[in-house]
Parts: sequence; C-alpha cells; structure tokens
Amino acid sequence: MSGISRDDVAHLAKLARIEMNDAELDHLAKEMDVILGAVARVQEVAASDVPPTSHPIPVNNIVREDIVRPSLSPEEALSGAPAQSEGRFKVPQILGEE
Amino acid sequence: MTTIRSTAAEMAAALAAGTTTSVELTNAHYAQIEKVDGAVHAFLHLDKEGALAQAEAVDAKRKSGTEMPPLAGVPLALKDLLTQKGVPTTCGSRMLEGWRPPYDSTVVSKLKAAGIVILGKTNMDEFAMGSSTENSAYGPTHNPWDLARIPGGSGGGSAAALAAFEAPLAIGSDTGGSIRQPAAVTGTVGVKPTYGGVSRYGLIAFSSSLDQAGPCARTVLDAALLHEVIAGHDERDSTSINAPVPQVVKAAKKLDVKGMKIGVVKELQGEGFQSGVLSRFHESLDALVSAGAELVEVSCPNFDYALAAYYLIAPSECSSNLARFDSMRYGIRVGDNGERSAEEVMKLTRHEGFGPEVKRRIILGTYALSSGYYDAYYGSAQKVRTLIMRDFNAAFAKVDVLVSPTAPTTAFKIGEQVDDPLAMYLNDIATIPVNLAGIGGMSVPCGLAAEDGLPVGFQIMSPAMRDDLMYQVGGTLEAALLSKWGAPILDKAPVLVGN
Repeated sequence: MSGISRDDVAHLAKLARIEMNDAELDHLAKEMDVILGAVARVQEVAASDVPPTSHPIPVNNIVREDIVRPSLSPEEALSGAPAQSEGRFKVPQILGEE
Repeated sequence: MTTIRSTAAEMAAALAAGTTTSVELTNAHYAQIEKVDGAVHAFLHLDKEGALAQAEAVDAKRKSGTEMPPLAGVPLALKDLLTQKGVPTTCGSRMLEGWRPPYDSTVVSKLKAAGIVILGKTNMDEFAMGSSTENSAYGPTHNPWDLARIPGGSGGGSAAALAAFEAPLAIGSDTGGSIRQPAAVTGTVGVKPTYGGVSRYGLIAFSSSLDQAGPCARTVLDAALLHEVIAGHDERDSTSINAPVPQVVKAAKKLDVKGMKIGVVKELQGEGFQSGVLSRFHESLDALVSAGAELVEVSCPNFDYALAAYYLIAPSECSSNLARFDSMRYGIRVGDNGERSAEEVMKLTRHEGFGPEVKRRIILGTYALSSGYYDAYYGSAQKVRTLIMRDFNAAFAKVDVLVSPTAPTTAFKIGEQVDDPLAMYLNDIATIPVNLAGIGGMSVPCGLAAEDGLPVGFQIMSPAMRDDLMYQVGGTLEAALLSKWGAPILDKAPVLVGN
C-alpha cells in the first residue's frame, strides 16, 4: 500500500513539528512512496496469531528506594539552555495573547 | 617497543612493565591525529587537556605502587553520542552544536574509573542514522583504506580512528549494525553486546529497543578487554540486565572451537552479496572447520523481512525519541524573535537542526505510528520481530553460534548511495536481525576482496548473554587467519602520510 501525497507529508511534518518548504515536501512525498512500498512487505507474514514484540527482553517498571541523593545543580541543569532567566528555562510564548 | 600500531593489550603490558607511560602514549596518538586526521576526519572534537590530565593521574598512581585496572592509561576514541561531562557532544547533528553535557554517561564513568584516557569524540551519521557517516552535519569521515570511500556508519569515525592508528580502542553504538558494518569495511573488530549488557544511560537515544553501546578495537582480545570495562548492570537503565557479565576475555583467549557447532545462515549469503565478500567468508568457514568446528546450514526464513521491519520500528522509535529536541532546554534555538510562539520556534529549529535522513525517518515513523496505519505498519513490524526471534531460537537449539558476512559489499565510494535511501539501507541487511532479537553480534576482519582489495567482515552471532561464545569463535578465527597471512590485515592498508 502506498500513495502518500504531498498533503499527507505536510500533515506529518506538522505533527512532528518540523517546518518544511514546498521543495522539501515534494521530494519527501516521492521518497516516502518508495520507502513505504518497500517496508509494506512486513504485512505478508504478520498473521493475526503472531504476538507482537516491542522489546527484546521483558521490560518491567523498576523503582528505587525513595532517598535523597546528589543530582544536578540548577546551574548545571540550565547550562545547555538556549535562553534562561532567574534560574529557569526561558521559552517563547506558549499561549496566544487573547 | 610500543608504538601506535601496538594492540591495546600490548600497550597495557608496556604500561604495567614501566617501559612506557600513559602521557607518552597519549601524546603519540595526538601526534598521529595531527598528522592524518585532516585527511580522515575521524574526530569531531579533541579533549587534549582532559586526556592528558587523566594520563598524568594514571601515571602518578601507578608510580606510587597502586595496582591499576588492566587498561589503565590506554587511549580511546569515543563516539559522539555518549555524554561526557563538559566535553562537546553533538551526535553528528547541528541540533546539539556547542552542547556540553552536565553529566557523564555510565559508559564514560566506567571508562574513567578504569583509567582509560578519552582522546576525543568521533564522527558519526547524525543521531546514528546511516551506514556511511555521510549524514554527519560536520562532513564525512574517510576510510583509511581508500580516502575516496566511506568508513561505514553510523560509527565510521570510531572505526576509521582505529584503522588509521589514531586510537587503539574506541566505543561505538549499534542500532542496526553501526558498530559491525564500520568494523567490516575498515578491517577492524566491532562488537554489539547482548541488548541490556551495557548501560544506555547517557547514550543519546535513537531507537531505545535496539540501541546498544559496544567495544571497537583492532583485535578480538582488545575488544574483550574493553567489553569487560563497560558492561554490567546499571540501576540507571531499567533495561540493563542484572546478571554477571559473560567472561569474554577468557573466551577470547581460548583459541579453540573443537566440537562447537557453527550455523551458517542460508538467507545471508545469496543475491546482493559481492563475490569477493563471499569467497573470504567461505575461506573463513574452512579455517573454522580446520580448527575443529562443525558447520551446520541453518535457515532463518523470516530474515528476509528483517530490513522492512527494522525500517518501521527504528523510525517509529526515533520519531518519539527525537521529540525531545524541542529547542527549549538544550541544543540550538532558531527564530526566537520575541514574537513567534514556542511551537513556531520549535518547527523552525527542527527544520534547521535536523538533516535530511533524520527528517525522513521522523516523518516515516510518525506515519507508521499514526492512527489508521499503526496496525498495518508498526504493528506488523512488531510481529515480524517475533518471527525473527523465533528463527533465532530455533537455530540456537541446534548450534552454538550463527555466522554470515557482516556486510554485503566492501566500502563504497563517498557520494555513491547518498541519493538512494533504499540502497543505503541494504548495507545493514545482515546485521539488523541481531538488533531486532537483542542478541550479541561481532564483526572480525576476514581478508580483502580480490576485486577491489578492500576489507571484508565475518559476522558471528551469539545467544543473549552468551557473548563469550562469539569471542571464542572470533578469537579462534583471528588467530587462524593471522597465521595464514603472517601479519595483521591492517598492515596491508596504505600508510597515511598526512599533510
């Protein structure tokens, strides 16, 4: 199954929060068609009685003792921030102004 | 005499005997890097100050009579996707340009505690997505065997550093072959340990159910020595296996495969495999038979679907993992003019910060996970994963290890496959099943292809937490081929003269 359109790719890019120009969307739509055509073969053997595997080993929640131990200082935690203010991450506006 | 061409084990012995010092070794490797890395471009960043401080500390401690760990004082090259406190860590991406992590990954903590000297960070395909290191935002790495060719990927920098004698040891990470395929095409040794064998804490995630850090070296024994340094349970990684580390050093020294059953995977040697790769592979099988192993042909029919499953599972996990690069807490931020919203800034940053292959995989993964397509794509791929694990389980009921060529071809030319994602993905056809099943895999050099004179890799796959078995077979094969060749394969590589 394929037939992924330029609009489909634009929607996916929006979901993935990646800005894309027209040329990028056109190019990626073509590539996605080819790649999806190739990977769709998984459907040939994925019978309904085969259980899915998400992880090679059993994964369980592991909790540790709830005790205070050293961690990053606020300065260290902020050391890679693109912008900071008063010991906090400074980010662009999240909500509209209305 | 110890030189930069010595093995890590030889360097460690010379350090212990006092015939060299870590400072001397470290400086000798920096001199080689100075000489050849302009042409090879294995490194993205050098940490001379930190490395020499560690070397001096190790030398001083040894001089005072303290007993030192086996590899103390030996230099190493670190793939740029493991965090090292205060040292730039970019993952080959513009997104993390200039980022200095505030903490050490567990692998780095263990290296430091073992007295190993970290020379610098090595080049890689951006976020470990690629098979050629051409996807690095900082330019490609060149294969020391032929500078016009790729060194494999994603860990091309680590493998090239070994082959160019810029470091005797390196760390890589392997999600679909990123340690083994570079090892194969550079004539070096690369090991993907059992999933959960080495902590992923501080390893920048690409595909969390597949990613595994591992040792890279020029000999099987050196890889084993490094394996025992970095492996082991870590409470900071919930997928870390809480069991004793397999005794890989002991296994690498056995040099005996008498009575072992070696399964030759029928599906991993046919169409698409270069003839020179196949002939070296078959010669290696003969060498193992001469050493006393029994060959068994094994069929793993679902391996034919492994590549397709991988290119759904890995992009799906990547689309989720790379959502963390949101320009808010670390990494670059683009277009924040005081008027744009956080979402607009995020979109602009991700447009500028990610390269074409990373975007391709994020979009593919977003599609495979989206409602209406989830069952057909991601769900089906997860079922194939089950079938592949069943193939392995059935095979390991009959044989001790499985073998195949590591990569279908020798190193191709830089630029040759860069516009054809599907052709590029085929490089991982023999390495991917190991990651999907979470078992161990190793690549050992097995000669040069007659048609192009370039290195070929022999892959050994072992059951989960039996990494010792692949070291046993790898060590035996290496010794058999060495006695046949009379010298290590890297002696045949052209000597890089530098600028």
